[in-house]
Amino acid sequence: MTAILDRAASAGTQAAAGPRGDRRRRRRPSGWHLVLAPIALLFVIPFFQMFMAALSPAEELIAFPPPFIPSRLSLDGFVALFTTTDVLTWLLNTVIVSGSAIASHLILCSLAGYGFARLRFHGRTVGIFAIIATIMIPTQLLMIPTYILFARLGLIDGLGAAIVPWLASAFGIFLMRQFFLSIPMEIEEAGRIDGANRWQVFWHLVLPLAKPALATLAIFTLLSSWNDLVWPLIAINNEDAFTLQLGLAHFQSTRRTQWELLMAGNVAATLPLILFFLVAQKQFVQTMTLSGLKG
Amino acid sequence: MTIREQREDVAPAPQPAGPARRAPRGGRTPTRRRSRIAVLREDLGAWLFVLPATVLVLGLSIFPAIWAFILSLQEWDGFTEPEFVGGENYAELVTDEDFFAAVQHTGLYTALFVPMSVLAGLFLAVALNRRIRLIGLYRTAIFVPFVASAAATGILSTYLFSPQYGLVNNVLRSIGLPAQKWLEDPSQAMLVIALMSLWGQAAFTTVLYLAALQDVPTELLEAARLDGANRWQAFWRVVWPQLAPVTIFTTIWQTIGAIQLFDLVYTTTRGGPLDATKTIVYYLWEQAFRKLEFGYGSAVAYALFGLTLLITIGVVVYSRRRGMEAF
Repeated sequence: MTAILDRAASAGTQAAAGPRGDRRRRRRPSGWHLVLAPIALLFVIPFFQMFMAALSPAEELIAFPPPFIPSRLSLDGFVALFTTTDVLTWLLNTVIVSGSAIASHLILCSLAGYGFARLRFHGRTVGIFAIIATIMIPTQLLMIPTYILFARLGLIDGLGAAIVPWLASAFGIFLMRQFFLSIPMEIEEAGRIDGANRWQVFWHLVLPLAKPALATLAIFTLLSSWNDLVWPLIAINNEDAFTLQLGLAHFQSTRRTQWELLMAGNVAATLPLILFFLVAQKQFVQTMTLSGLKG
Repeated sequence: MTIREQREDVAPAPQPAGPARRAPRGGRTPTRRRSRIAVLREDLGAWLFVLPATVLVLGLSIFPAIWAFILSLQEWDGFTEPEFVGGENYAELVTDEDFFAAVQHTGLYTALFVPMSVLAGLFLAVALNRRIRLIGLYRTAIFVPFVASAAATGILSTYLFSPQYGLVNNVLRSIGLPAQKWLEDPSQAMLVIALMSLWGQAAFTTVLYLAALQDVPTELLEAARLDGANRWQAFWRVVWPQLAPVTIFTTIWQTIGAIQLFDLVYTTTRGGPLDATKTIVYYLWEQAFRKLEFGYGSAVAYALFGLTLLITIGVVVYSRRRGMEAF
């Protein structure tokens, strides 16, 4: 499995760089547009409808037949979203969960990845083997005992319950370890000769080289922690500690008919990631080839 | 920048100045045997790097996984004393019609989703692997739904496929076809869920195939063309066999994901209509967190784990026999 992940990662880069690789070749009109344009449209239409519905006046969304484009733009949905729900709290909660997940992943997983890749110590092989083995355990198997454990620790219903499972992951450790293995040993040896200790070598020499791997890890962690639904659904019943996804799922059952509000909520939950995607597109595509772990 | 490029960016480090200046704690000084205390200090120092993440990961997986097995041998509602019942939960599972119904629904979804997603990925990768105008725009359009959460996708599905005012029925009506009940029809609901999953995840298989396509040696294709193969033959005879490892990998990966379907069911149908979309994980969630049958829920979870392992091992053995290296 490692081999294919490595291969996918390196090849993903080439794929992302591919079409720009040869600018000299003349671009002629291609029949592929006839295939690609309708498909691309199919993929975009749901998002288009989401934004249009979020900006529609309430009465038009339950009209028959409904207009594809609203007759006038209205902020009803967003007004209802911000005045009748705790969406700002949920947004803040989600930012806290994702933010701490990213920060903690970057620190703990790079430390552990470096340790397992480069340091020699007793128990290293057992440790790394155990961590890789956990990737095969489905999360569904862990839900019940984790819930009971967190209940005993008094974490249930608080934001802590949403945060703790995201602090580190086997995938993150594995990813960072693979990266550090690829860095030439000479770098560290040079540092050691100059009198740096293990910590200084890691912090000043190796970590700055790891930026691409850290970016990958950050994107992956953002995507999965921001969008997580099942764990908050189990662990949090208290509206003050809801995450955005949980809030959305909650709307879905309680406000079935208020489409403008539901769609405004959808926009609030999705737009940050869409914007992020557009900015970090290239890195994002590489990250996807690496992860494939979207839940 | 990528991992592989990075490797080349790194300039070769200067060689050590002389044999006298060795790293003091490199652990490779053969001249003097290190004392036990020095070894211990070294180990402790290294464990400080790996310990926090290791404790978190193992503590939140191996320990609960073992606990889940113990739970699966008990009958427990979380409040009263747990009662040890041995294999009773598993025995019950074998004759549980609701569980088998959930297995069937999960199987239906898997059978719909996995082939669609692998074929769509292959097709989209071939289509997007061109040097034509607007290709960046097409790629963005297909990749961006990947960021949408299951909750957002679920709400969107309910809206687009609404029998009364949904866009999909509106289109059907305008081209003269009868409107459908979609998520409200037991025979159609799973199809809608599979289609919307595909919308959100097509990017994943596409990007894997796109990566693999770049790896196919151009010499092979040129040789095939010289031998008189047309595009279609060249693709099926030359490119497709080269893609076999990726096909196996994506099939396994998507299958494992498919048999764990929960989120999208929860945010669209909640298992309905008439339980038609109640999947294994939905059933597990219901048993454990609605009915508080922690023991029985754990047995369901272990059954799911077993199923996952069987499928993975099956595909790996099959591909090894066929001489295809996927793992």
